[in-house]
Formats: sequence, C-alpha cells, structure tokens
Amino acid sequence: MKRVYADLHLCADCDRMEQLSRVLTKASKLGYTLVAVPFRRFSEEQIRQVRKTCEKADVDFASRVDLRPRTPEELIGFLRKLRRRFEIVSVMCESKGVARQAAKDRRVDLLNFPQPDFRRGFFDGAEAELASNCLASLEIDVKPLLTLEGPARIRLLSSLRREVTTAREFHVPIVISSGVSDEMLMRKPRESAALASLFDLYGACALEAVSKNPATIVKRNREKLGPKFVAPGIRIIRRGKDC
Amino acid sequence: MKVMKRRYLAVSIDSYETFNSHEFMNALWGAVSKLFGEYGASQAGLSLIDYDETNKLVVIRTWHKTLEMVRTALASITQILNKPVALHVLAVSGTIKALHRKLEKTI
Repeated sequence: MKRVYADLHLCADCDRMEQLSRVLTKASKLGYTLVAVPFRRFSEEQIRQVRKTCEKADVDFASRVDLRPRTPEELIGFLRKLRRRFEIVSVMCESKGVARQAAKDRRVDLLNFPQPDFRRGFFDGAEAELASNCLASLEIDVKPLLTLEGPARIRLLSSLRREVTTAREFHVPIVISSGVSDEMLMRKPRESAALASLFDLYGACALEAVSKNPATIVKRNREKLGPKFVAPGIRIIRRGKDC
Repeated sequence: MKVMKRRYLAVSIDSYETFNSHEFMNALWGAVSKLFGEYGASQAGLSLIDYDETNKLVVIRTWHKTLEMVRTALASITQILNKPVALHVLAVSGTIKALHRKLEKTI
C-alpha cells in the first residue's frame, strides 16, 4: 500500500490566499498528500476557502489550531471552546504547568515545545508518561534545524535527541512537521525523515513520523468529529424505528 | 573482501539563481562536514558525475552506507553563495543507467 505522507504544520498565512496556494501546490509537488494549516481564529468561511485551495492543489486538508495558553486553566478553556471546531489541536507548551495539563488532556493531539529556547524543554519522563497514557504525540518542527547554525543548532540537536529518546522510551508517537511558511524551506517527506536521523530517529521510525503517525491522528479525529461517533469503539450504524 | 556498493543520486536544484558545479559541490562538502565532521565527510566518497546547469539537475555518487548521510546534508542546505536554494533528491539508484530510467519515470 502506498504511504500517505503528511505535513501537519504548514505555517502559511491563511489571509494571503496567493501565498497559501503556492505553498500548497509545492507541498503536493513534493509528495505530500495530507497537510494541515493552522488558523488563528475560527472562521468557517476561511476554512472552506482553504479546503477549496487544497482541492485545487490535490492535497487532503486538515484544519488545525495552535494554542498558546499561559496557564493550565486557560488551556482548558481554549479546549472547551475549540476542540470540536478543528481537526487537529496543538499546544505550544511555554510553561511546565501548561505542558503537564496538555499531556494529560485527551483533547490535545500534538505537544509542541518552543525549540530555540532550550531552557524550556519540558518534555521529560513525567511529561512523556502522561502523554503516553493519553493520545498526545510529540511534534518536532524541521524549520529550526534548517535556519539555525553553529552552537545554536548543536544545542537544538542535543535537546531533540533527549526528547526523542524519552518519547520512544514511553511509546509516545513522534510527528515530524515542517513548521515553515517559506517554500524554499519545504522539504520532501523522505528528506525530513533524513533530517530526523540527526537526532537519532532512523529508518522506519522516521518515515512513520512523517506518514503513519500524523495520518492516524487525522483519521481518528475525523471519525470523532463525524456525526456517527458516539464513544471510542461505538458508532451509529443505522437510525430508524426498527433499531 | 566486502564489496562497497555505490549509489547514484539525481538531485534537482530549486532556486531562482543558477550555480556552477564547483559552487554546488562546495556547498555539499560544506554541509556534510558541518553536520558530520571531516571524519564523516571522508567516509562519504562523494563525487560529481554530471551537472546540467540549464535543467538544474545534478548526478552525484556516494557509498550505499553513507546514502542517508548525504541525503541529510542535501536537505540541510538552504543557501548557496547566500542565495536561497532547496535541493531535492529525485531518484536514487545503483547504476547510472537505472538512475536515468527512474528519472524518466519521475519527470
């Protein structure tokens, strides 16, 4: 079966349709069949427009929201308001409290840690254990690997290596995304997987991080957001008087 | 004696600018030695086979063992002579003949 390659973090500006269209066409050309674009606010009209552009570019589209809460309480509020409106919910963990709350909340799909800031690497054993009991995956953006140089990149690689080792130890799925808005920084899925070898994610694991793992998240959430879903493992098959 | 297998890579240069083969190879050697050090670069066995400046298509050779290393280095290149660039591997093969056959299919 052909692999579905996904990039769940294409940071194109949804207000600038021309740029977005270029980025989506490029993603399709590079071999991605599923992409997610983060939205700043919920607008059904905008989502519909982006979906249309994706159809033109021949890529499957998933709506995504990046939450940047300052406190765990704020995160819970955001999730209550936005979970059912977006297919993917990612949390930018900028404090330890938020990171812990995001890891134990089943409504969170992706945990993203601010990479250039090494002192705020909250993905430790405790965080990974919480995430492994829930549905959260660790998201790693390729962008800083391409833009940083010298000691900054060395520190980034060492921090990513630590996070990946912890994630694998606790069986937390890893998702590799681009995190770019510039076409020149976009890479093919296999190239992103090759870059993952810099932080000890090799071969099949790296390829799964750009294909199976992100595709599973989208499939699971689409099922949940569908009208037939009742609870995990329970869905409506038929409605009527004879049921 | 163990036979060292070779791998040929067809690489496309995605840029608005054009570069000569020397500039391209300098950037590649620079990226390999930056990421893997001079020791790693010495194991890569990199050499330029063909450089098509008009179609922005390059064929390079490496060892089978160091293929992923070269792929990583190619992906990490974002600039050549301070001009933005992206290098994409179009096809990989064990012989030049098969590489061209694969290229015909992909392009």
